[in-house]
Amino acid sequence: MSNKLIDLQNISKSFGGNLVLDELDLYIRENEFLTLLGPSGCGKTTTLRIIGGFETPDTGSVLFEGKDITNLAPDKREVNTVFQKYALFPHMTIAENIAFGLKIRKKSASYIKDKIRYALKLVNLDGYEKRMPDSLSGGQQQRIAIARAIVNEPKVLLLDEPLGALDLKLRQDMQYELIRLKNELGITFIYVTHDQEEALTMSDTIVVMNQGYIQQIGTPEQVYNEPENAFVADFIGDSNILPGIMIRDELVEILGARFDCVDKGFGENNPVDVVIRPEDIDLVSPGEGTIEGIVTDTIFKGVHYEMCVMSRGFEFIVHSTDYYPENIKVDLKVNPFDIQIMHKPESEDEKAVEIDERLP
Amino acid sequence: MKKTVGRLYLTLVLIFLYAPIATLMVLSFNSSKSRAHWGGFTFEWYLGLISNEEIMDAFRTTLILAFLSAFIATVLGTAACTGMQFMRRRYRSIIMGITNIPMLNADIVTGVSLMLLFIAARVSMGFTTVLLSHITFNIPYVILSVMPRYRELNKSTYEAALDLGAGPVYAFFKVVLPDLMGAVLSGFLMSFTMSLDDFIITHFTQGPGFDTLSTKIYSEVKKGINPEIYALSTIMFLAVLILLFFVNYRPHLDKENVKK
Repeated sequence: MSNKLIDLQNISKSFGGNLVLDELDLYIRENEFLTLLGPSGCGKTTTLRIIGGFETPDTGSVLFEGKDITNLAPDKREVNTVFQKYALFPHMTIAENIAFGLKIRKKSASYIKDKIRYALKLVNLDGYEKRMPDSLSGGQQQRIAIARAIVNEPKVLLLDEPLGALDLKLRQDMQYELIRLKNELGITFIYVTHDQEEALTMSDTIVVMNQGYIQQIGTPEQVYNEPENAFVADFIGDSNILPGIMIRDELVEILGARFDCVDKGFGENNPVDVVIRPEDIDLVSPGEGTIEGIVTDTIFKGVHYEMCVMSRGFEFIVHSTDYYPENIKVDLKVNPFDIQIMHKPESEDEKAVEIDERLP
Repeated sequence: MKKTVGRLYLTLVLIFLYAPIATLMVLSFNSSKSRAHWGGFTFEWYLGLISNEEIMDAFRTTLILAFLSAFIATVLGTAACTGMQFMRRRYRSIIMGITNIPMLNADIVTGVSLMLLFIAARVSMGFTTVLLSHITFNIPYVILSVMPRYRELNKSTYEAALDLGAGPVYAFFKVVLPDLMGAVLSGFLMSFTMSLDDFIITHFTQGPGFDTLSTKIYSEVKKGINPEIYALSTIMFLAVLILLFFVNYRPHLDKENVKK
C-alpha cells in the first residue's frame, strides 16, 4: 500500500472565472479505497474528472505510475469510470454493453464471452446477457455499469456518486457489495460522494474537501474522531462546535467551565475551537457533572434519543440511550479524550490546513 | 355525452384537414375531365402519367433533388448540432436563433435573395443552384429536429465510451448516433418533404429546361389543369404518408426487435 499510483501535483481548475480547485496536492496509493468527500461544488467531481481525463487542469500535473498523463485523452488511460447516472448504452444489450471496451481492445470472441460471464457473476447478475438496460432496475443498471468498467481490468476504478440515485436500503447493500468487489479485484478505488456515512463505511482513506481545498486527509476514524477544523467536524456527523480557551496543556475552558482534555501544544490562554460529539456527552444528575443545563427538546431517533440541552447560552446536541424528559435540570460530563481541540481559523478565508495523516 | 362531443369534434377536424386531399384523390379516378361531375372510375390518368415523358422526367428530378438535398442537409445539420453541443449556452442560443430565421423568412425573400446571390457569383442556374438552395432551407429543419434530442441525451454515455477506450469518432458513431437516429431520420424526412413540395424557391433558382414536379405543375396549370396532375399529386401524397408512418413507428419497432 505504499506506492504512489496516482499523484496530483498543484492542480488548479476554474470554470468561467469560478475557481473550483486551488493548488490541490493529493496522491493515491495502490490498492487503496480513497473517498473524496464534500458538499456539492467542493471540487470532488472535478478532481475525479481530471483523473479520468475528461477535464484538463489549468495548472499542475497528473502523474500515473510516475508518468505525466495530464494531457492524455481518456481513451488512452488505464482507469475506468462508473458514472453517476450509469451511462449504459441504451441501444445495446447488457452483453454488448460489457463487451464494448473489450471489442475495442480486439479481444477474441471466446475471451469476451468468458469475461462477460465472469463479470456478471461478480455483480450477481448471471444470465442477464440478452436483457436491455431499460428493463433493469436502477440498482441492477449500476451493477452492470460496474461490470462494464471492471472487465477492462483497469488499475483504478473511478466511481462518481454511483449510489446517489438508489434508495437507502439498496445503497447500504451496494456499499457492502463494493467493499467485497474491491477486495476480490485488488485494485484501487477512487470514490466520490457527499454522503459521510458512505465514506466512513467503505473507505481506507477519506479526503474531505470544501471550496476547492482539501480540508483533511485521514482514515475514517481520524476524520471522525480528530477533525482538523470546524468544517470537517460539522460535515462528518453531528457535532457540538464551540469556542474555548486553552488554559494550558490538557486543560480547556468552555463557557466559563474548565474541562480536562488530552490535547497539547496549543499554547497558554489561546482561543481555540472545541468539538464534542453528541454521543460523547453524558447527562448526569445536577451537581455530578462539569457544567449545568436544562433539557429543552427530546426526540426519539430509534437507536437513541436526541436531546437539546441549553447550557449557559449554548445549545448542546446530546445522543443518549437514556431518556430525559423536557425541562429537567441536568449536568453535562465529558471524558477528557472525547474533547477535540482545533486551531481557530485566523481569518474568514484562511486556507484550510492540508495535512495528510496517512502513514507514508 | 362528453365523449360523443369529443369524437364529433375530432371527426370535424379530420374532415376539415383531409377533405381537400380526398377530393383530389377521388378526382384522380374520375374518367370525366370535368371537376364537377363523376364520369365513372378509371386508371386512365395514372397510365397517362407513366407515358408522359416530361412529367416522369420532372418526377425523377424531384426525387433525386429531394433525396440529395435532404441527405446532405441531414449530414450538415447533425454535424452542426454536434458542434453546438460543445458551445457555451449563450453562443448556442445565438446560433439556434440564426438558424431558425430562414424557416420564418418568407419563401419569396429567400428565393429572390438566393437568385441574386447566384447571379452575383456568376453561377449558371440549373440543378446545382436548386440543390444548393434546397440544402440551405433544409438544414434548419434538421437542426430543429435533432437539437432537442441532443439536449435530452445522457451526456455521460459519450464519456463512458471514451472511458472504455473508444476514440471520439468511434464513440460518436457507436454510441451517440444510434441514440439520435430517430431524430436524424425524422429530420431527413422533414427535409425530404420540404424539398418535395417547395415551389417558390425552386422557381427563382431553376434554370431554363429544368423542372421539378411543382414547377412543372405550375407551367401545366397555365395551359389548363390536367387530371393527370391529380393522379400525380395522389401518388405523392401517399408516398409521403407511407414515409411518415414508417418514421413514426420505427423507433418503436426497433426496440421490439432487439428484445426478442
